[in-house]
Amino acid sequence: MSDQRNNIFIVFVFALAIASILVVWPQKPSNYLPDVIPWPKSEGVHLDWADFHRQGFRLGLDLQGGTHLVLRADTSKVPFGTDVNQAVDGVTRVIEKRVNTYGVAEPIIQRRGNDRIIVELPGVRNIEEAKNLIGKTAQMDFREQKTVDGKLDWVVATAVGNDGVEKPLTGQYFKKAEVGFDRAGKPIILFEFESEGAKMFGDITKRLINKPLGIFLDNEPISTPTVQQQITDRGQITGSFTIDEARNLVIQLNAGALPLPVTVEEERTVDATLGADSVRKSVVAGEIALLIVALFMVLYYRMLGVVATLALLVYTLVVLAIFKLIPVTLTLAGIAGFILSIGMAVDANILIFERMKEELRSGKTVVASIEAGFARAWPSIRDSNVSTMITCGILYWFGSNFGASIVMGFALTLAIGVIASMFSAITVTRSLLRIIVGRRAVLNPALFGMPTARRLEPAGVQG
Amino acid sequence: MLYDLVSKRYTFFLISALAIIPGFISLILPGGLRPGIDFTSGSILTIRFERDVDQASMRQAFSDLGHHEAVVQRADDGTYIIRTTPLGAEGRDESGNVVVASERARVETDLSNRFGPLTVLSFDQVSPIVAAEIVKNSVFAVLAACVGILLYLWWAFRHVKESWRYGVCAVLALVHDVLVVLGIFSILGRIFAVELDALFITALMTVIGFSVHDTIVVFDRIRENSIRHLGEPFEDIVNHSLMQTMGRSFTTSLTVLLTLFTLWLFGGVTIRNFVLALLIGIFSGTYSSIFNASMFLVVWENGELGRLFGRGRRTETALARA
Repeated sequence: MSDQRNNIFIVFVFALAIASILVVWPQKPSNYLPDVIPWPKSEGVHLDWADFHRQGFRLGLDLQGGTHLVLRADTSKVPFGTDVNQAVDGVTRVIEKRVNTYGVAEPIIQRRGNDRIIVELPGVRNIEEAKNLIGKTAQMDFREQKTVDGKLDWVVATAVGNDGVEKPLTGQYFKKAEVGFDRAGKPIILFEFESEGAKMFGDITKRLINKPLGIFLDNEPISTPTVQQQITDRGQITGSFTIDEARNLVIQLNAGALPLPVTVEEERTVDATLGADSVRKSVVAGEIALLIVALFMVLYYRMLGVVATLALLVYTLVVLAIFKLIPVTLTLAGIAGFILSIGMAVDANILIFERMKEELRSGKTVVASIEAGFARAWPSIRDSNVSTMITCGILYWFGSNFGASIVMGFALTLAIGVIASMFSAITVTRSLLRIIVGRRAVLNPALFGMPTARRLEPAGVQG
Repeated sequence: MLYDLVSKRYTFFLISALAIIPGFISLILPGGLRPGIDFTSGSILTIRFERDVDQASMRQAFSDLGHHEAVVQRADDGTYIIRTTPLGAEGRDESGNVVVASERARVETDLSNRFGPLTVLSFDQVSPIVAAEIVKNSVFAVLAACVGILLYLWWAFRHVKESWRYGVCAVLALVHDVLVVLGIFSILGRIFAVELDALFITALMTVIGFSVHDTIVVFDRIRENSIRHLGEPFEDIVNHSLMQTMGRSFTTSLTVLLTLFTLWLFGGVTIRNFVLALLIGIFSGTYSSIFNASMFLVVWENGELGRLFGRGRRTETALARA
């Protein structure tokens, strides 16, 4: 690389670091930095191009609080002739609709494997309510009383649909449902049929005038009014609902019934205060770790250590900016992985520096030693990082297989850290060193943490 | 300065054996590891009360609720961590309607009746089906990592004669580290009731990655020196390579251990066991990459395997286990 290209690269790295600071800078600096210094407050950079308008880091449930559920669809209940895969997909879609209408910010609903569905609800602490909303089949149907085997029983009412076939009337023919209130102020459900349902409902209510109509939810009667007159498109259900129950039922009716029953296999809730505490502690730990590593590097490698510390700062800023922009969901373990990567990021530097010292000892000039140090250290840096990437890949697979976002978060942050550290430790350090050496400023081996104070001739300094 | 480390290889194996054997005995005895709910199913409830609650009455409360098995722990700040068998789901009829409130809801009501207002800081519940799968996947993940690394090293060292030995020796060294961590956690489980969770597997995998990371740096130097100093005795090449990479190995591990130690001190209780597993594993990884992995190469090269089994019982276990 020529001097000029090297300079351009350094300018680029500097600009990258500044841009990263702007992206990463917190809204309330006093939360994360010692408040002795009046840090500028910032609203965070508003990146309004494309999809980027995020201000904070995306935090996992363990840090921001919320509910994590692993549901399993009962695939043994798949109707004959229906594709199991499609049925489970259907369950996922219905749950998604329900959660979206319920109004949770940034929920995650993902299908995992054959019959699992992961539901993450940030901010939701009432796990029971969440489970009721999501886990309930919510199959509504209309029934009439018929004598079966000499006994009066509720039988699903059927009518001829648009296709000329006699079909049961269920909640799937609803156009929409909403919460209303009766004259006494009690919540009721107002529903409206789409055209086919309206026709069928009209037929059924016509034949049931002065007879009871059963409205059943999941095989339980919720209301059994007596039909006064033929009704077509609109109706209301006066059950004994609380407002919350009515609201949830409306969400369920609008989203549709679950094609398969589901059971809850795993549930985790974290309170937001616990998460906030964890974030604060992790940030403090990370800052101290960064300081200690920097201090160690400077004391042990002197000028080289200063260069490595600069590279480490660039590394930290760039990785945090990547986390924010992608965005990577940060979990407690993920942050631990990142802090661990601060310790590992200097590894490539150490490899290179130790190599440089060896080359210096063997009598090479400073410039030649720097170049040889980088060239010779490269194979081991490459091989050792590939092995870490292999384990990260397997960990990610391991985590995704049963929906452990904690494990996935750790693998992802560590992998991003490893890749970024190769960039910072190799390219950034090398360019900085070339600039320093090119200026002929310092060629004393002592500045490299070498025991001798012998001055080396700046022979062959061309850059 | 050039120490002859290679000639002392059996001393280093002995040290490894001494580090592994106590933990290994604890591991193979019944109840070797204390699996947490991720592996066995169950519930963990973390509750904070507004007023101080003593541990005995908390135990009594869970006893009264029918959870005699409950493990009640009191944290420094008066927060309670209670482990029980899975709390029953809410009673549902065939079609999924709730007919009985869930056991968790009933536990919470009962506790707040007894001890006043409370906040559930976290609640985790894992069913036996999921737990069984996590166990299966954990074992598979660790094995897959070993095989992946073995294959990669075999390929990376393909220009050296008998390159597959490098892969095998690196994997032996990482098994050494996994055994050290498992063994120590087995003992910690017996003494301090430390439980293993999915994060522990994460720590173990990271240790595996790091152990190999470290080993590769030494192997890489052996590869380079074998080509440069063709014809020199293998033992000398290994010894030179070890001495040349020693400074780097110690320095790197030191920076990582410093970071982990900071995390352990300041990172909060939630991840303390996770960080502890990493600390132990990375310490062991540094040792094994210097004093075991390359020594295995020498033992193998010299065909000392037969002789090794003739030696003391402890050394034999060192190799068999490591």
